[in-house]
Amino acid sequence: MSDVYVLGVDMIKFGRFPDRTVPDLGAEAALLALDDAGLNIGNMEAFYCGNLGQANAMVGQRILQEIGQTGIPVVNCSNACATGATAFREAWTSIKAGLYDVVLAVGVEQMGTGLLGGSGGGAGIPKEGLLGSGTMPAVFAEAGMEHARQYGTTFEQFAKISVKNHHHSTMNPKARYQIETPLDEVMNAEMISYPNTKLMCSVNVDGAAAAVLVSEKKAKELGMQRAVRIKASVMTSDPYQERDLVMPDVNSCTRKAAAEAYEMAGLDSSDVDLVELHDCFATAEMLHYENLGLCEDGEAGRLIDEGEVELGGRIPVNVSGGLLSKGHPLGATGIANIYEVCTHLRGEAGERQVENAKIGMTHVIGLGSACGIHILEKV
Amino acid sequence: MSLPVVEYLKLPEGEEPYLEGHKCSECGSIFLGERNVCSNCFARDSMQSIKLNNTGKLYSYSIVFRSFPGIEVPYISAIVDLDGGGTVKGNLIDCEPDPDKISFDMPVEVIFDDALGRKDKDGNSYISYFFKPIS
Repeated sequence: MSDVYVLGVDMIKFGRFPDRTVPDLGAEAALLALDDAGLNIGNMEAFYCGNLGQANAMVGQRILQEIGQTGIPVVNCSNACATGATAFREAWTSIKAGLYDVVLAVGVEQMGTGLLGGSGGGAGIPKEGLLGSGTMPAVFAEAGMEHARQYGTTFEQFAKISVKNHHHSTMNPKARYQIETPLDEVMNAEMISYPNTKLMCSVNVDGAAAAVLVSEKKAKELGMQRAVRIKASVMTSDPYQERDLVMPDVNSCTRKAAAEAYEMAGLDSSDVDLVELHDCFATAEMLHYENLGLCEDGEAGRLIDEGEVELGGRIPVNVSGGLLSKGHPLGATGIANIYEVCTHLRGEAGERQVENAKIGMTHVIGLGSACGIHILEKV
Repeated sequence: MSLPVVEYLKLPEGEEPYLEGHKCSECGSIFLGERNVCSNCFARDSMQSIKLNNTGKLYSYSIVFRSFPGIEVPYISAIVDLDGGGTVKGNLIDCEPDPDKISFDMPVEVIFDDALGRKDKDGNSYISYFFKPIS
């Protein structure tokens, strides 16, 4: 089977665009990625589009109505916060299967404001604040407190993750925020769900990202100079765990996906030069250091304390600023993190460049749960 | 007459309320709510209704300071492993919402009471369950 390459990839600067539409944002990202690949929509043989908020509204086709209606197959995907990675992986799968040589993937989202999640639905009376909380900050706080229970992880250690990611995004012009947040500011920010303060929650923003994926044959034909090889593409759902029904599990699906991705790539975690992982909350990032094998179980707190996951450290994590500061437009996130890793592998990340980056990993979690992992390699 | 807040809270006439689990007779997994197939071992028609215990230990929690409009905060959202099996989520009451006052594995009991005065659109009141520290 052919290797698959990312030939073009880009994202729009994340922000708030209430006067624009979902297809409009997706179209802008698609055109940026096509330009980056030196191709146009007429060259695309299929299109996989990821969006959550308008999952029943043919977003992919509406994007083509803005940039070129060529009659190619369009698949619209929705997979919670793994939506973008799902679209990207479907594009990868179609090339692996030998169906196509040049495929477009777009992830796009326009977000509201305020809390996500909650358990207010269903018959009878609202359950939120009666049977605990189903809000996302609380659900991920509970997952973080499970780590605290096992290893004594502290509020301060969780907060340091947010300090790091906000610092990283000061070097990323496409991030929502370029603002330093010192530790005392993070810890003293409004407490949303202990131990997650407001600055430890991802930012609701609008955004879009896109990638052009090609077969090896096509990459050789078009030029390999800026191509990035996809060494692994893996997706898992959550295997049975005894607390599943009350405690959504983001750990076992990530561990399973990471093991499969390392095996597919023929690599292990020590080969990885940078990681973009799903820091929807500061508490979540802590769990994934261990889930992705960046350290031994129980060592995650030490990793953040000793700066190993900072830019310049042993294994930089979320140098884009992550969801905490770059922002988290749900459907776009899983392609935006691929853009970030590709930018480093191409040596084009400017001030935040991870030196000599050759291998990078992206990870997303859609709660419920879906985990998508990609390992990318400099050609 | 009050209604149960969730399907797995049972209010048998003339008896104490209890939480109901469904236990797989093949692998022993315990679920909340009725089901036909075990999602752990895939056994079919192996589910048996059981009464869950009214005591357990605090597994994890968060203290919720911001919720949706109209929801009183702060409150403790608690995940409790019941003695004898089954994990349930609910509010931990009669405990200060302060991490220094909450400890993992602290013993709690399940109590049944009115659902914080919440009523449905037909005016029905509900019985809910809560966790309370055992001193």
